Amino acid sequence: MLEIKNLHARIAEDGTEIIRGLNLTVKAGEIAAIMGPNGSGKSTLSYILSGRQDYEVTEGDILYNGESILELDPAERASKGIFLAFQYPLEIPGVATMQFLKVAMNEQRKARGEAELTTPDFIRRVKDAAEKLKIDQAMLRRPLNVGFSGGEKKRAEILQMALLEPKLCILDETDSGLDIDALKIVADGVNALKSPDRATIVITHYQRLLDYIVPDTVHVLYKGQIIRSGDKALALELEENGYADIIGEAA
Amino acid sequence: MAAVQETIDQVRLIDVDQYKYGFETVIEVDKAPKGLSEEIIRFISAKKQEPDWMLEWRLDAYRRWLTMEEPTWARVEYPKIDFNDLYYYAAPKSTAGPKSLEEVDPELLKVYEKLGIPLREQEILAGVETPRVAVDAVFDSVSVVTTFKKELQKAGVIFMSISEAIREHPELIKKYLGSVVPTSDNFYATLNAAVFTDGSFVFVPKGVRCPMELSTYFRINEKNTGQFERTLIIAEEGSYVSYLEGCTAPQRDENQLHAAVVELIALDDAEIKYSTVQNWYPGDAQGKGGIYNFVTKRGDCRGARSKISWTQVETGSAITWKYPSCILRGDDSRGEFYSIAVSNGYQQIDSGTKMIHLGKNTSSRIISKGISAGNSNNTYRGQVSINRRASNARNFTNCDSLLIGDQCGAHTVPYIDVKNASAQIEHEATTSKISEDQKFYVMQRGIPEEEAIALIVNGFVKDVIQQLPMEFAVEAQKLIGISLEGSVG
Repeated sequence: MLEIKNLHARIAEDGTEIIRGLNLTVKAGEIAAIMGPNGSGKSTLSYILSGRQDYEVTEGDILYNGESILELDPAERASKGIFLAFQYPLEIPGVATMQFLKVAMNEQRKARGEAELTTPDFIRRVKDAAEKLKIDQAMLRRPLNVGFSGGEKKRAEILQMALLEPKLCILDETDSGLDIDALKIVADGVNALKSPDRATIVITHYQRLLDYIVPDTVHVLYKGQIIRSGDKALALELEENGYADIIGEAA
Repeated sequence: MAAVQETIDQVRLIDVDQYKYGFETVIEVDKAPKGLSEEIIRFISAKKQEPDWMLEWRLDAYRRWLTMEEPTWARVEYPKIDFNDLYYYAAPKSTAGPKSLEEVDPELLKVYEKLGIPLREQEILAGVETPRVAVDAVFDSVSVVTTFKKELQKAGVIFMSISEAIREHPELIKKYLGSVVPTSDNFYATLNAAVFTDGSFVFVPKGVRCPMELSTYFRINEKNTGQFERTLIIAEEGSYVSYLEGCTAPQRDENQLHAAVVELIALDDAEIKYSTVQNWYPGDAQGKGGIYNFVTKRGDCRGARSKISWTQVETGSAITWKYPSCILRGDDSRGEFYSIAVSNGYQQIDSGTKMIHLGKNTSSRIISKGISAGNSNNTYRGQVSINRRASNARNFTNCDSLLIGDQCGAHTVPYIDVKNASAQIEHEATTSKISEDQKFYVMQRGIPEEEAIALIVNGFVKDVIQQLPMEFAVEAQKLIGISLEGSVG
């Protein structure tokens, strides 16, 4: 589903190279975890995959379902099914969560040539998804992310993900700022979306989240490259020994 | 959010830089000779079949105007205006004055149809869905038609062009005209007093709640013609009226002048709600052409417990110089000002309000949302003044500015003048920018760039949009979307 080939990317403004020859393949149905110490390029990778313009790809390619997506803007990538759950979701004052969801869902449908949702259909979908994530109706009437607690913001991200039904989900440090109860709710939400035609990339600093979202593959990102890949055992090994050993080997 | 969707659809339909109302209509006109003199004023007054006292009033204003200087304190720049290079009177030839619809030139009706302004009462009455709004249509210098007059008359409401009111209700005009904005008020108001050509007159008698929205639609069609309209609204004790004005002009390379005066008077327990959707031609993407909009609007809360509320959506004009104000004279009276000012291209806006607290327990509320894009400059200039005798006065002011891109400017200039220690004044101001982060976040959900901006901006102005009469809120949102067209990329 996703194939990243020898990717090099830098910050457009100052030319600092962040991704330096990254290779990664994620298959449909797979949950891939990307771990790494601070500053290794994890969040940058999530931005580049979703098309943020502050970064320039200087070499290599990103293939999504066999096609390069480098020329597509974030909205075009989103309507092709790429979703990023933000580490720090942005506040949109004056725009009720419910309204935002409706505009986003219908824009994506429009881009795919599908009919707009009817209001009853839309409301039913939102209600079902919100219940599963323990999001109450009052929160849906508030402006998106404005005054939301850390946990509410993360749940709102997963709600959007559930409703937009993406094919490639990227979770950027979704566990940060969550207590254990909220973490379980979020993990349940992600697991409920697991399906043979959907891939998920979980970016995380700690192995804790991976107790709840069990990955098929684990990749260690360091200085803009994948320096080691393995299965769930690799995450446990990192938990025990830290990154130092692996980094030492790679160097 | 249907309205946002409509904004988006609307934006799609229109090419960049294309002002929707920029068409010109070829209509035979009756014009005064170019320039300004006592002769011209006599000409206008005669055309309007005015009584002598009205002519004297005009001439007095004109003589005063000759001694005045153009104000330069606003943060706007433009070449000096040659007031002798303008036409001060232009009227469609077939229309000597307001008539019944059957007599109106079909070409004129077509203009308003094209603008989406319903003038045919039957059509409005037939459509159950359409809200009923009485309209006074002003074309260049004259009012061409006023709808629903008879029905309003039944309720005792007078709604007609001001020229007509001068002839038919001289006692009201003598009593109230110039009583809020005196002829000596300021350069442009004085000019208006000398040469005003038409406008609307509304009188709501004691205890009457006006049964429908009233609206005036202004259109400047002729070249090099100034539009100087004068509106006077009087709400007697315990009455209520909601009034809306809209305006457009053809797309032209030269600048056109619009200098209006609006006076509102609210007696005891009366309420006036005045909304404006201003969409004069703003000039092209390079800043060529467009309307100079120099307007004096003032409401007088003359009676106890009276209330005046100004709501404005300003998207057009090359230059806007406008401060709808309230004089809170009556005890317990209240003034409100809700404003959305959108500037794009090379537009310059210097707008705000004045709240003059004179009575006891008076309160005022100012909510201003400025949105600047392109190379435009957008200034909020407001004054809150609390008189020595105005005990327990309260004011709340909130000014938010939103910047789109990095070539535009937002400025906030509040003046606060308090002479009574019991006053409570609150002032909040923020300036923000649509950040790349915010835009990226919205786009990541599949919302294309221009729609993403329209969504964020509509969220930003929501508090003010809610103050507009429902029928116009959707229109206003669309207009904001269109005005920001081409602001990205």
